[in-house]
Amino acid sequence: MTTLIENPPRPVGRTRRIFGRNPLGLLFSAPYLVFVIAVFAYPLIYSVWISFHDFFFTAPGFEADRPFVGLTNYLTAFQDPAVIRSFGNVGVFLLINVPLTVVLSLLLASGLNRIVHFRTFLRVAYYVPYVTASVAVVAIWLFLFNGDGLVNAVLGPLAPDPSWLINSAWAMPTIAFFVTWKQLGFYILLYLAALQGIPKELYESASTDGAGPIRSFFSVTVPGVRPATVLVLLVSTVTGANLFTEPYLLTGGGGPDGASASPVLIMYQKGLQQGQPDVAAAIGVVLVILVLGVALLQNRFAGGKD
Amino acid sequence: MSRFQKILRGIVLFIGAVAFLFPFYYMIIGSLQTAPDPTIAGAFPNPANVTTENYTAINERINLFQGLLNSGIFTGGVLLGTLVFGVLVGYALAVLQWRGRGVTFALALLVQVVPFQLLMIPLYVLIARDYGLSDNYLGMILPFAINSTAVIIFRQYFLQLPKELFEAARIDGAGEFAVLRRVALPLVRPALITVVLLTFIGPWNEFLWPFLITKEAGLQPLAVSLANYISNVAATAANPFGATLAGAAVLAGPVVILFIVFQRYFISTDIGSGVKG
Repeated sequence: MTTLIENPPRPVGRTRRIFGRNPLGLLFSAPYLVFVIAVFAYPLIYSVWISFHDFFFTAPGFEADRPFVGLTNYLTAFQDPAVIRSFGNVGVFLLINVPLTVVLSLLLASGLNRIVHFRTFLRVAYYVPYVTASVAVVAIWLFLFNGDGLVNAVLGPLAPDPSWLINSAWAMPTIAFFVTWKQLGFYILLYLAALQGIPKELYESASTDGAGPIRSFFSVTVPGVRPATVLVLLVSTVTGANLFTEPYLLTGGGGPDGASASPVLIMYQKGLQQGQPDVAAAIGVVLVILVLGVALLQNRFAGGKD
Repeated sequence: MSRFQKILRGIVLFIGAVAFLFPFYYMIIGSLQTAPDPTIAGAFPNPANVTTENYTAINERINLFQGLLNSGIFTGGVLLGTLVFGVLVGYALAVLQWRGRGVTFALALLVQVVPFQLLMIPLYVLIARDYGLSDNYLGMILPFAINSTAVIIFRQYFLQLPKELFEAARIDGAGEFAVLRRVALPLVRPALITVVLLTFIGPWNEFLWPFLITKEAGLQPLAVSLANYISNVAATAANPFGATLAGAAVLAGPVVILFIVFQRYFISTDIGSGVKG
């Protein structure tokens, strides 16, 4: 016996034609949509607007005249050698941080994926730095990498002089190593998820074809996690371009002598400390365009054909 | 893979784990030392050099309780916004058919890669200047109020529930809100814990935004007051490293404990789906 339960006929009103079968969906999503418009969409447009106008801080409610100034803010920003330098610094940062992150997180994830004993302990150990506040971890690294800190005590005569964070050649690489170490747990999780999607049979057939562990890593694992690699590249590049807390605290405001200043740190100094939000907004716009360009290139070369 | 290679892999992973955990161990040891001992011997507990004075010292400079409370209010506000509105939009995206659903889902994905550096200046102008919300919990919470990764995770979980459940409840005459609250929500409880963990670390660890928006020490979350201590007053304290590490331990403690206790809810597949969609 079959009983067909038919939906009671519902009146097809005008709201239904405009908003779809469940207009309530829009109502449920309304707070989130308002949030996205208020906190992301509008500020994004506003930021570009600020960068093309003579913008300064005024008291709340005070209407000031803010004339259009074309590219003046962009010229002011990029005639300052400190700004150019900060872009170079973040370039150095990304060159160290991004490849190191991809290689280490993939290697560690594929190791963790196969391990049987102590699985939970190892997994937690690798993501503890990721879940901890940068400010707290920075405090520990300051102590470890101090001139007469533990790292130099272990290295003895091999320690750089002046020490890591006050050495203009080592400050930026040290920050890049710090961020790699701190964020690695998150990327390991992404790769672990991707590794679960690779069918076991692929490894089995690779092994019957005589492939050793290294060979099957390169011919099965690496292509199998390609979408995750694209994601790791994108997220680590965006996170890296956002660098602020580490140069602010680890090297005392981008020191020594601007050698580790990041564009966001310069934006903070110019925009909020020196009251030039228009110049800071211009730096932000250029930074985002550069990051988008880098992300597109990465996608092109790592994303494969699909 | 030979037995030797397996053992080698185990050893490498173990050494890696020690490298990841050592700084935290060192933080505890360092926070309990009377005088900072940066030599190799200082990495081992020395009963002659143990004190809790550093915790008292940091508490005199920055009110730890007030800092924890402010971090708690900031984090609590974000969690509340994310759980209430995130569940609603996640449900709408997974279960309901409405115009704009695809666009909303695309927005939730896109928002996750919008760099904060571009938003920093306009958000500061809007929230601190135009709305006058500097030195205010609301101003702190606003930019983080609904976590988009959480929205995607909720959607993913609701999608996995069988459609017949919702139909049955609707035929029994339940309104859409009642279906969500009484049928869908109890079934996605694990997702709630995952989302709480994932959302928690955002505001609790956030430094830049609350740093920009709070100038009044009594309102600063612990991450901001500790950072101010590191950059300003540390030089004048008797044992600045001991006191700084004590502050770091108080800031790191709640999150580390939370993640160890609930580690089984922080699993790769959820996080993966949250970012990839």
